[in-house]
Amino acid sequence: MIVPFNHVFMLAGAVFFLGLICIFTRRNLVMTLIGIEIMMNAAAIVFVASAIHWNRLEGQAFVLFIIGVAATEVAVGLALVVAAHRVTGSVDPDRYNFLKW
Amino acid sequence: MSLYAVIFYLLAALILVATALAVTRKNPVHAVVSLIFSFFGSAMLFFLLGAPFLAALEVIIYAGAIMILFLFVIMMLRVDVAERTGFSPVRWMPSIAIGLLFLALSGLSVFRESGSAALITPAMASPREFGRFVFENYWLAVEIISLLLLLGLLAAVLLRKGRESKEKLPGGGEGEEI
Repeated sequence: MIVPFNHVFMLAGAVFFLGLICIFTRRNLVMTLIGIEIMMNAAAIVFVASAIHWNRLEGQAFVLFIIGVAATEVAVGLALVVAAHRVTGSVDPDRYNFLKW
Repeated sequence: MSLYAVIFYLLAALILVATALAVTRKNPVHAVVSLIFSFFGSAMLFFLLGAPFLAALEVIIYAGAIMILFLFVIMMLRVDVAERTGFSPVRWMPSIAIGLLFLALSGLSVFRESGSAALITPAMASPREFGRFVFENYWLAVEIISLLLLLGLLAAVLLRKGRESKEKLPGGGEGEEI
């Protein structure tokens, strides 16, 4: 016996909430991407807990895919941030108020 | 309270504290370092919940690869530490109210759902078992994910190359330095 299932759920919810706060309150694109990573990690925690709760391996399989998507997303996202930084010299999303490349 | 439960609550506290530190640090490097601790905590949680292979992947990919990539980019871009804070609680009041309502509803639905208070029994899916399951049932998804990784690689390379090809254009723009 480890813990009630909903305690794991509440932990993942809290972590997801922290990631959401990170996205909303920071004016820095790198920190926004970090917030997305935190939220994906929270989703992975929920999937692993569901896998052990219902004794199904599908949950663990989906965590594998979540990790793959997170890796791709962060590679493309950081490449975009670097490209935008080359043009504007800033990582503040409010500075990207130009449409002329 | 069993030993497993003690370990779980310790890990939960570690994850929450490290993530909260990561979210609130002004310096992005400090944020990334404390986030690495958070991901180590998640990896131990995965191990506790019977997924040793995913625990290893979490350490290798999340803490090892993704966070180091963030560190590289932060050091390369010289991100300004003094960051404008764009958060005023009064202006965000409607969003906060709706968010708290949503939080209350979801918490209620989690706790009212029958069977959600059932204790998790320890179990373990060995990496061999897990790999066999994935490649027997989800081989197509594995292929799609590998294609996605390839596309991500191509996108990262193309985002870099697009700038070079632009500079070869005659009379291109303001002549930004590379």
